[in-house]
Amino acid sequence: MSHESTYVPGSAIERWLDKRLPIIRLGYDSFGDFPTPKNLNYWYTFGGILSVCLVIQIVTGIILAMHYTPHVDYAFESVEHIMRDVNYGDIMRYAHANGASMFFIAVYLHMFRGLYYGSYKDPREMLWIIGVVIFILMMATAFMGYVLPWGQMSYWGATVITSLFSAIPLIGDSLKTLLWGGYSVDNPTLNRFYALHYLLPFLIAGAVILHIWALHIPGNANPTGVEVKSKKDTLPFHPYYTVKDGFAIVVFFILFAAFLFYMPNSLGHPDNYIPANPLVTPEHIVPEWYFLPFYAMLRAIDFNFLFISSKLGGVIVMFSSLIILFFLPWLDRSKVRSHRYRSTAAKLWFVLFVADCVFLGWLGGQVAEQPFILFSQLATAFYFIYLLVILPLLGLMETPKELPKSISEDVLSNTKKKAAISATPEPVAQPAE
Amino acid sequence: MNTIIKTLITATAFFGLSVGIANAAGGETKELKHHHWTFAGITGAYDKESVQRGFQVYREVCSACHSLDYVAFRHLGQKGGPFYMEKCPEGFPSTQDCRQPIANPIIKALAAEYEIEDGPDDGGDMFMRPGLPADYMPGPYANVQQAAAANGGAIPPDFSLIAKARHHGPDYIYSLLTGYEDPPETITIAEGTYYNPYFPGDSTSLLKPEYVDDEGHVLEGVKVPYGGVLKMKAPLSDEIVDYADEETPETVEQYSEDVTNFLMWAAEPKLESRKRMGMISMIYLFIFAGIVYWSYKQIWSDVDH
Ligand code: HEC
Ligand code: HEM
Repeated sequence: MSHESTYVPGSAIERWLDKRLPIIRLGYDSFGDFPTPKNLNYWYTFGGILSVCLVIQIVTGIILAMHYTPHVDYAFESVEHIMRDVNYGDIMRYAHANGASMFFIAVYLHMFRGLYYGSYKDPREMLWIIGVVIFILMMATAFMGYVLPWGQMSYWGATVITSLFSAIPLIGDSLKTLLWGGYSVDNPTLNRFYALHYLLPFLIAGAVILHIWALHIPGNANPTGVEVKSKKDTLPFHPYYTVKDGFAIVVFFILFAAFLFYMPNSLGHPDNYIPANPLVTPEHIVPEWYFLPFYAMLRAIDFNFLFISSKLGGVIVMFSSLIILFFLPWLDRSKVRSHRYRSTAAKLWFVLFVADCVFLGWLGGQVAEQPFILFSQLATAFYFIYLLVILPLLGLMETPKELPKSISEDVLSNTKKKAAISATPEPVAQPAE
Repeated sequence: MNTIIKTLITATAFFGLSVGIANAAGGETKELKHHHWTFAGITGAYDKESVQRGFQVYREVCSACHSLDYVAFRHLGQKGGPFYMEKCPEGFPSTQDCRQPIANPIIKALAAEYEIEDGPDDGGDMFMRPGLPADYMPGPYANVQQAAAANGGAIPPDFSLIAKARHHGPDYIYSLLTGYEDPPETITIAEGTYYNPYFPGDSTSLLKPEYVDDEGHVLEGVKVPYGGVLKMKAPLSDEIVDYADEETPETVEQYSEDVTNFLMWAAEPKLESRKRMGMISMIYLFIFAGIVYWSYKQIWSDVDH
């Protein structure tokens, strides 16, 4: 760890343990007095929220697994058995299904936070890279989980997405057969997806440990992007951030509970309440909402390019949109980390990029017809142009605003400003128009 | 911040525009009737009497074609179900707990009215016996082939989840059942099919030849009717089911409302306990959030931030 350990074992048993396995010391150093910048805002609470999401998925998932049957003839029925006959089974299942959505809401906000504050910049590149690995593992896990209830969307979603692999030259068809465990999506597919769906969350948990390790080497970044200079800039993680993260987690739970208890099916597709039927194709095959931006990019490529078929092109573009995130630390050439001290142009382009991602998500839910295809092509192009061209160029061209000397200086000047504002008399209430 | 707001406004306008374009395409269904459902909202609960009547409608009409595979008789008598009993009626031994579906006299009597196949017996033969609360409701057909053969090739969908398996399920079912009408002048429909403006489909292909040109394009000024055709004849008509209670009207609207309530219950039998739990959780979370926020303010009060 990057700071001196200040742990003092309090009892004989702790001293005994500390010599043999300093695990309490590890916990204390990482989450007890870990020096944390004192200016972290609520955007920095999503890390804690995401850890809670992972735990919820694993706990509800294991309970579901006790009652679920991974067989094409029984999977749908076993989920209905969970919903109707298992005590609190409906709550467990809805918590798991909506929990996946909450997980993605949190991860997207967490990532946009990273983008805005330049959290991936030197020396936090590894931290960001591990984050992207976690994100990709989450997508794989959620995709395979959605297949398990073996409804119409499960089956057809699995068919559409796994078929994409056949577009890969040379090995594509073998890869697809390997994924399927046969020549179509069938019982072997369901079984291997179940095995992997059970495994991957634990890989994610492992990656989360690495992620936190990589965080604790340089310590947290912060909204100013100025590194911690002295002890005055930091606070011990506990109790300051345990309570702030704790508050954010409770608020997040309120959102979660609203979906779980009052609209548990609003984020799902009604067709998944129809048992899988290989003979009937649903009118529109749409993935879960959190995949829609990538689905839009996949379908945007409806033309062949040289020797690349439109299908392969779509696959390349979709996977590139994820791979490119690994290189973000080197694509962003800005001299300062945080957008707070960057030009208005940089801020504006950032807002456009976020809007573009949301727009892609909306497009992913539309039918593959004009004008949506054209919009998808434009939005996809912008996604890549922003990351590959605009972001590097902005960094080279702009003159950032002056950075505060330290975190404490910034905090103090803000407090003064606030004090000045509250000192001015309250504005007189205006009559309503 | 201003720039963000402006961007959002532009983006919203852009969305609005594209939605407009999307709606110009054909194959639309009529806007659903928005019914008020007692199970909607955060304190929603089933109207038990309506669900009971809906079960009667299902049993006397729909069950001739539609199965209810995931619903057992006992489900009807569990908490939140239409025949749940707080306590046994007069004259039952005090040891009997009618809150238990297997001890509920209505459920026992109801199940016994059905003949269920069981076996094999000691001689190796299957046999029929009266139903028990634990039995699942027997469906009308032996297999899907038989179901299709009896319905002109269409398979009547199972009813266990139908209310969740359609967009806006309850409003859709209600609209469909009350929405049958004579086919519009402009289309011809095949025998054994029935027009319904709420049923998803594209009636362009049904337009009479005089309304389309040689290439199959719809002529200028011709409106493609809403909805499409399905292979279920309007199943309900006034007075088709005799309600025991004299007050309740015996109309298609009333039957449709009742059967929709029943179908929603069948799809979501634990809705009431879920919403009750939601209320408790929400109250708890709001209080807890307040306490944690207060602690946060306290703990941070000595920090400049
Ligand atoms: C004579 C047989 C028969 C009876 C009785 C019957 N149905 Fe149907 N029902 C069908 C068939 C066949 C279909 C499939 C129609 C199709 O897809 O073309 C169907 C489909 C449906 C659908 C699904 C429409 C969709 O969106 O796919 C609903 C809802 C429905 N029926 C409700 C009812 C209700 C409620 C009753 C009782 C009041 C009832 N049905 C009675 C035969 C029947
Ligand atoms: C990263 C964590 C996880 C994510 C994002 C995730 C996501 C999902 C999703 C989206 C579904 C489909 C839900 C539905 O529509 O019904 C699902 C189903 C399922 N998951 Fe997970 N899951 C995770 C972890 C786990 C774990 C750790 C287990 C088991 C140990 C598990 C077991 C199951 C089972 C049995 C189902 C089928 C039941 C059902 O469909 O409701 N999941 N998962």
